[in-house]
Amino acid sequence: MDMELAQQQLQTQTFSAWLQRRRLIDWVTLLVIAGGAFYALNTFGAFMDVYEKAILMAAVPVISFLAWSWPGLRNLLAVSTLSSLAAIGLYHGDLARAEQAFFLKFALSSQTAIGWMCFLFLMSTVAFWVGLAARSAFAEKTGSVLTWCAVAMGLTGMLVRWYESYLIGTDVGHIPVSNLYEVFVLFSLITALLYLHYERRYATRRLGAFILPVIAAAVGFLMWYALSRDAQEIQPLIPALQSYWMKIHVPANFIGYGSFALSAMVGVAWLVGDGGMLKGRLPEQDVLEDLMYKAIAIGFAFFTIATILGALWAAEAWGTYWQWDPKETWALIVWLNYAAWLHMRLTKGLRGAILAWWAVVGLVVVTFAFLGVNMFLSGLHSYGSL
Amino acid sequence: MNSIPKKPSANFGRSVYELLISMRFAISLLTVLAIASIIGTVLKQNEPYNAYLNQFGQFWFPLFEAVGLYSVYHAGWFLLILTFLVISTSMCILRQGPQMLREMRAFREHAKEASLGQFAHRASYDTTLAPQVLGARIGDWLTREGYAFKTNVREGDNGGLLIAAKRGSGNRLGYILTHCAIVTICVGGLLDGDMPLKLQMMLGDTRAASRDLAFNDIPAQARMGADHWSYRGNVFLPEGKRSDIATLNVGDGILLQELPFDIMLKKFNVDFYSTGMPKRFASDIVIIDKASGQQFEHTIDVNKPVSYKGVTLYQASFDDGGSILQLKAHSLSPGSTDILDIKGQVGDAVKLKQKDTPLTLELTNLRPINVENLGEEKTTTSQEKMLQHLGNAARKTDKDLHNVGPSFSFKLRDAAGQAREFNNYMLPVVQEGRGFFMTGMRESQAEAFRYLRIPADEDGKLDTWFTLRALLTDKSRHAEIARRFTAKAMHGDAISETMRSKLSSTAERTMDLYGSGGYGALDKFIRDTVAEKEQPKAAEIFLKVLQGCTWEAWQLQREHSKLKPLDMTPARAVFIDDSLNTISDSFHYGAPVLIELAGFEEVKASVIQATRSPGKYIVFLGCALLIAGVFCMLYIHERRLFVLAKSDGKVLFAMATNRKTLDFESRFAQYREQLKQITVES
Ligand code: HEM
Repeated sequence: MDMELAQQQLQTQTFSAWLQRRRLIDWVTLLVIAGGAFYALNTFGAFMDVYEKAILMAAVPVISFLAWSWPGLRNLLAVSTLSSLAAIGLYHGDLARAEQAFFLKFALSSQTAIGWMCFLFLMSTVAFWVGLAARSAFAEKTGSVLTWCAVAMGLTGMLVRWYESYLIGTDVGHIPVSNLYEVFVLFSLITALLYLHYERRYATRRLGAFILPVIAAAVGFLMWYALSRDAQEIQPLIPALQSYWMKIHVPANFIGYGSFALSAMVGVAWLVGDGGMLKGRLPEQDVLEDLMYKAIAIGFAFFTIATILGALWAAEAWGTYWQWDPKETWALIVWLNYAAWLHMRLTKGLRGAILAWWAVVGLVVVTFAFLGVNMFLSGLHSYGSL
Repeated sequence: MNSIPKKPSANFGRSVYELLISMRFAISLLTVLAIASIIGTVLKQNEPYNAYLNQFGQFWFPLFEAVGLYSVYHAGWFLLILTFLVISTSMCILRQGPQMLREMRAFREHAKEASLGQFAHRASYDTTLAPQVLGARIGDWLTREGYAFKTNVREGDNGGLLIAAKRGSGNRLGYILTHCAIVTICVGGLLDGDMPLKLQMMLGDTRAASRDLAFNDIPAQARMGADHWSYRGNVFLPEGKRSDIATLNVGDGILLQELPFDIMLKKFNVDFYSTGMPKRFASDIVIIDKASGQQFEHTIDVNKPVSYKGVTLYQASFDDGGSILQLKAHSLSPGSTDILDIKGQVGDAVKLKQKDTPLTLELTNLRPINVENLGEEKTTTSQEKMLQHLGNAARKTDKDLHNVGPSFSFKLRDAAGQAREFNNYMLPVVQEGRGFFMTGMRESQAEAFRYLRIPADEDGKLDTWFTLRALLTDKSRHAEIARRFTAKAMHGDAISETMRSKLSSTAERTMDLYGSGGYGALDKFIRDTVAEKEQPKAAEIFLKVLQGCTWEAWQLQREHSKLKPLDMTPARAVFIDDSLNTISDSFHYGAPVLIELAGFEEVKASVIQATRSPGKYIVFLGCALLIAGVFCMLYIHERRLFVLAKSDGKVLFAMATNRKTLDFESRFAQYREQLKQITVES
């Protein structure tokens, strides 16, 4: 077993032991995050309803916990927060400054930052492929660093976009998770973060070459969508979307989709390894299998939550928690598919090629639920049609 | 098998039971549900039956109807499968649950040495520590690691201590929670679904009524009392009106649902963003309790419903609630400038007294605001285009959105029942710097509207155009206009009388032709009478003459109205060109009248959905169980440790889980090492 993994495992599992392991930096992190939340509450509290305040408060322990358990994520949050604050400072509340201020024009305005994210993701894909082809640990390391940079730029872009939407008009402003363009950025970020998490957890960079292509594909779609449809323009929210539910329902869904995409690509790696190709250049088959299970488990848990949140939201917006709208129905099909996958693995003890293929097919089902429904079927969820 | 044959009925019961609790059966049910669900997403559900008839034809339509494809999720067989799923899962819980709870609690501290030897994950050590001492040390260690344990002192020849520890029993609880959740959610959903109503319609005397009936004509069989416990229907409420009736759609018909209170709509609010996108729909309502007469004022927004007496009211949609329209029907008969004033409400059908062709005017809609993109596409280089996508994400493309004012739509139905649909704008829309009244016509819903652009005159009115049209289509006036035209054209020239009369008769003939069929008629005449080579030249002359005559007609009309004559300007020349084009097109307008919207009083209506769904709370409870269950099942890892410390100094360690993962392997490796340390005396 790898050093890093072994070290983590050696830690005692109880809560008090976990708390004792916190260092100064952890408490500082908590203080900064809580301080930010209280500042937001103090300044903008008058514009928030009780649910939005609750979400803001709940975000403090959740983000702190994540930052505590993963130093890389903590650094990412610090970098993106600082660069978004810098962008906000440079804007002086005037959108036109995006064309005038040097740093806004070339780095920090939302579209430029997202442009950088796209570029860096494509570069990291290339680096991982070079690493795989040339057996170069250096190239793989480069890929990893580029992925971190891409995530930092993407996160900054999203935060700045959020701010820009309020500069257009206070009635237009909203969290950028409201249409297909925005959630595609979210999808890329979440999938990349999940990959980086497992990279650390299993101490292997060998999977980058398999996971990054999915992100590169999402980035390709994103660029096409922006260039051909002007999809990047911030649109105001239609009444049905003006709800605090959106803030939690959409991200939960994309943690699900991101994990499923990741598991499918691990499935591909497993199948490649099973065919005897790339011998010695892939993680062990049982590591891949374990990872595939873990990703599907996370995805399933979050997708369950997301679907339930969707039902609660529907109950409030449409007056019924379930009405067999195509999007809802396909979410159910995705959910049943992975429930069956978990049954087969956990209760029937199934392993191997069938599960790997199944995970790959799972991504096809997910893609249809995500994009196909918008393209081919009509319904209440047609907020992000193509 | 050697067992004594049982009675066949018992045997049958047994195999049904076996089937019901088998996971294979559950999976088959789920698969069928999944496939049916997919069909339901591909085929649009709950459309008007006519649409399906058109799509599938006479043969397949009734077949698909019988299978319930137009409303898959409400079909009897779909509900039946759901019911079986509930039964199967419940039985599965009943069978597995108690045993699991028992296992959760058990430490298995009586495990035999021999059975520990069977574990895949085990280790053994030698120690000099006495079992009691070792037991205490291990106890401390286990507590630190978060395990609960039980110690069993072994008597007998070899004596010793068995410590049985466990952690993460919640994993099994997860199984029970998840499966209870499935049952709970399905039960709640079935209660709220239309199964109860279906049963009522099958067994009772409830019957859906036709959608075409007026409310008052709907029979009692299609009316549900206020005590009906689960429904979802729409209340149509014009501003200022009150109602206590919701309509429920059932198959191709409707049911009326009485509410336990009245709702009165004070005002319906629609706000728009500057892009014309809707920003807010909200209804200011008053709820009037029928029993107590108490009144409550509320505002319902999308995403902000209101509940009263177990009924929740949602902002569903909106409509026109019978706006009052003041209309002017301009006759398009040749030579006529007749105007008929009409006052009607949206939703009304008005008989138009046309001489030869009786027509019915059906007022269908009023839209007070129309935001249109009037910008012209700018050409951009690809570099500019690229740069447009960087920077901030505010709208940068050249869209020029404007509110072009109110429009209204109506149908004109002839005696044979054929209807044409029209969509007219109230105010002139500015195009290329000139104002035009737009009137659109289409013959069927499938087509787009074809617009006639009538130029607005200098007062921003339709009048001048109508006058010109009347003069040009009235043969009796053409001689006079031609005379004036000739006089002007030859002004000051010494030209013979024959020449003069020739020009005059050409002018008259031009107007006659144009007035009978527009440019088309003129064109035909030129083709028929002029040599091919001369045709372009002739067309040019005819056009000049026509323009001149139109100008004279305009001045003539002003003279009659005692207005000063006008000077010719380029703008007026363009107006004449525009008018001539539109008069020519108006021969194909498809209606003998053109209806102008002169004024209106808007009355909005809100569609409010009234829902009573008692099953909702059961479903939400199920959802909570489901989340708890899934997390327990996936993120609580069950671990059992056994340490047997024998008095002869031998120590046996075994570890087990119900889910083998890599984490378990490394945890085992870690414990094996830690125990080794513990067993060493220090
Ligand atoms: C919609 C229906 C169902 C859903 C969504 C569902 C979901 C799940 C899930 C997610 C698991 C977790 C996998 C695990 O960790 O074991 C599970 C386990 C299991 N399910 Fe289901 N299930 C359903 C119906 C059924 C039915 C009808 C049966 C029995 C006939 C059944 C029997 C089991 C068993 C035996 C386990 C393993 C429990 C264990 O060993 O801990 N399930 N189920």
